[in-house]
Amino acid sequence: MSDRLVNEIRALLAREGFLAVDVAAIGDRDDLYRAGLTSHATVDLMLALEDRFGVEFPGRLLTRRTFKSIEALATALRELLPAEVTG
Amino acid sequence: MSAPVRTARVAGGGSAAPVARRRADGRGPGPVARVGTDRAPDFLRELSAAGLLLETGVPGLYGRSARFEALIEAIDQFLTRFTAADGAERLRFPPALPRRELERSGYLEGFPHLVGTVHAFTGDEREHRALLADLEAGRDWTMRQRPTAVALVPAACYPVYPTLAARGPLPERGVLVDVASWCFRHEPSRKPTRLQFFRMREQVRIGEPEAVRAFRDDWLERGRRLAGDLALPFEIASAHDPFFGRGGRILAASQEEQGLKFELLVPILEEGGPTACLSFNWHRDRFGRTFGLRTARGEPAHSACVGFGLERLALALLRHHGLDPERWPRAVRAVLGS
Repeated sequence: MSDRLVNEIRALLAREGFLAVDVAAIGDRDDLYRAGLTSHATVDLMLALEDRFGVEFPGRLLTRRTFKSIEALATALRELLPAEVTG
Repeated sequence: MSAPVRTARVAGGGSAAPVARRRADGRGPGPVARVGTDRAPDFLRELSAAGLLLETGVPGLYGRSARFEALIEAIDQFLTRFTAADGAERLRFPPALPRRELERSGYLEGFPHLVGTVHAFTGDEREHRALLADLEAGRDWTMRQRPTAVALVPAACYPVYPTLAARGPLPERGVLVDVASWCFRHEPSRKPTRLQFFRMREQVRIGEPEAVRAFRDDWLERGRRLAGDLALPFEIASAHDPFFGRGGRILAASQEEQGLKFELLVPILEEGGPTACLSFNWHRDRFGRTFGLRTARGEPAHSACVGFGLERLALALLRHHGLDPERWPRAVRAVLGS
């Protein structure tokens, strides 16, 4: 898992205020929904990640599971991003 | 509500096993097989030729003949008898609600594409001349209108929540409301099962979480009985709303995962799967919080509603029992009081 990618996701989660708690208190595998991520905020998060990384989530990744944790998001993004970005 | 993707059958306790969509052949006396290779617009042509629906030139906007209206009234009265013992409070609203209430309902978050708002001209004489000049020249004159305080209702129950919230905390046992309205959704289509203006009758239960859950379990069972009374082939399946956009897929998955919606589906058109004639929506405490609906104990109230599409039920009956209600099976005519 690339630390850089995880840090980017963390920075974005903190900046946009998606969660009910401080993102620093959230582990990479912690459930973001339990941390206050609502369904509608998930859509905002999807669009923010797409803008930030210049990718588009395909239909098969538009599930709650994709957005469930920082680690899950990093896994999905690594799949969508060219290797040099995630490396 | 739409043609959502269903992934599971709904069991009484909310547990759901994956199931492939099944044809309703052989369930109930309806001559489903006769549907054959009909396509959606063909059924519309059939209904139009039989003098039931009158086309206006706008897809999803149809006139109704006396025979069609007699059927709608019979279905409405059947629903009144079906729910008579529930003792619901009957409320009726125009097919509109204050735009402010639509805005705070959260509807625009999920369904901006379905909303209709009422606009009107409020300009002076010069602006009126300019409007007529635009009209004459074939330009867009509607930009000279301004939004009014009125929006069209997308579902009959929307005016209920702010109205009840204004009364103060709910009584101990909560409330049960019977509401009905013409509804508007902007989804032009040649499918007669997808109308821009249609009638919806609803029961709305608002109260303690357990009461609302009991209401849900009750309607899972009563939905089956209702379809049986009308001798319609059906299945009951969990479903999701037609949320807007790609992000809507996440909302839909979430709604389905939480078992918040189920539908009673009847095959009406050959293409695109069966049609939801009854739709049950469980809001948990969303409307309670949004509209400030409080239980007797002061907690945000939970709510759920069950909606019946009157035109869709009429189309289901016409599809399965034939276009001439006088020749329908005796039992169906009896239950409809004709």
